Amino acid sequence: MEYRLTAPMTREQARQLRCGDTVLFSGVIYTARDAAHKRLVELLDRGEPLPFDISGAVIYYAGPTPAQKGYAVGSCGPTTSYRMDAYAPKVIAAGSTGMIGKGKRDKAVVEAMQQYGAVYFAAIGGAGALLARCVKKAEVIAYEDLGAEAIRRMEVENFPVTVVIDTLGQNLYETGRAAYLAACQANRP
Amino acid sequence: MREIRAEAVTQAVARLCMSANRNLPQDVRACIARSRAQEPWPGAQGILDRMVENYQIAEADQLPICQDTGVACVFLDVGQEVHIDGDLQQAVNQGVHQGYLEAGLRCSVVADPLRRVNTKDNTPAVTYIRLVPGDKLRITVAPKGAGSENMSRIAMLRPSDGEQGVKDFVVKTVEEAGPNPCPPVVVGVGLGGCFDRAAELAKRALLRHTGEPNPDRFYAQLEQELLDRINALGIGPQGLGGRTTALAVHIEAAPCHMASLPVAVNINCHVARHESEVL
Repeated sequence: MEYRLTAPMTREQARQLRCGDTVLFSGVIYTARDAAHKRLVELLDRGEPLPFDISGAVIYYAGPTPAQKGYAVGSCGPTTSYRMDAYAPKVIAAGSTGMIGKGKRDKAVVEAMQQYGAVYFAAIGGAGALLARCVKKAEVIAYEDLGAEAIRRMEVENFPVTVVIDTLGQNLYETGRAAYLAACQANRP
Repeated sequence: MREIRAEAVTQAVARLCMSANRNLPQDVRACIARSRAQEPWPGAQGILDRMVENYQIAEADQLPICQDTGVACVFLDVGQEVHIDGDLQQAVNQGVHQGYLEAGLRCSVVADPLRRVNTKDNTPAVTYIRLVPGDKLRITVAPKGAGSENMSRIAMLRPSDGEQGVKDFVVKTVEEAGPNPCPPVVVGVGLGGCFDRAAELAKRALLRHTGEPNPDRFYAQLEQELLDRINALGIGPQGLGGRTTALAVHIEAAPCHMASLPVAVNINCHVARHESEVL
């Protein structure tokens, strides 16, 4: 299925998505990667407020290059997600409903996604120039000292992602590969 | 003795950092085009098309092809009849500083692996300096992203593991990496030498004109066999299924101890950046 969704996204919307669906996101998403996640989880552990509204938040694992002429942001593709696995379950429990990245996730993340209702999306890794065109506005809202790793509030328009792991725990990295291999097998004499 | 000014090295490194990050090499483009033509899986075809669109936008708008503009790996082949007027390491770092800041490239280097404070200008570069015959200085800049670098592996195999052991290790490394290093990947394999030399050979293998076979027929055949095995894994572009898991496999080999069989696998993503200049 192809969807157009506006972020933030509710738990109910997250639960409707299935692995293999494509989504064009508009609305507001937040960038955060390793160092920002570490700080966010420290705040959560101390019961302190986060620098943005986590409820329904879609978090983009990305650290863009500086903005260039005619663009709100520089090159802006996803980073590898497993580095956020240590933090993601707590961020999901706190209210986040979506993560955009690339690459595998661990069991604890998938369990949190199933329990609370959150989806893992992939954007095309290494397509940062293409994805920059979908970002209409970007501003650093926290942790400026982290440079590329600061948290940015980004307004996006038709930002293209694919559902890789859904709230049932189905995983496109497994099913996509298996489907291709099965098709190869079937075509063989 | 030929004199080369340190300032000329700085300017060349700055130019190469900027250009390599914005313009995908023609050899990589040709490999992507060839893979696209051979890709039977519709989803995979679509992803490869987006990758082409991406490098075209990057070139037209002079944006970095990928936001991970990498650690600047700088290879210097210094002619032994060259005298550099100044500090070579410093000249290279100054070039990285200038190139990364001027072109708005991402500064991704932290000063210490555990204390992790960003140096804010992507220095220092990782340099590989070789003394070679002649009076020229060849500089290659290969910005290396962490997504693919983190999926690289090294093994000290037993000589009895032989060719089969090497092949299995290379394929296993690519399979375990799965979607993480942004496939389709370029696979650099370093064989022989010692522990650290194998790793350097694997990195240098990535500098070769992408898809160009090893001049040694034996290794050219091994490269093709590995590429076929990797492209039968079904991982596909971005790991979502398909034929195109790797664009090329490059092997570099060196003599080693009779008791050793080091094998290193350095993975590069489809944004396989490398650009050279000769001074």
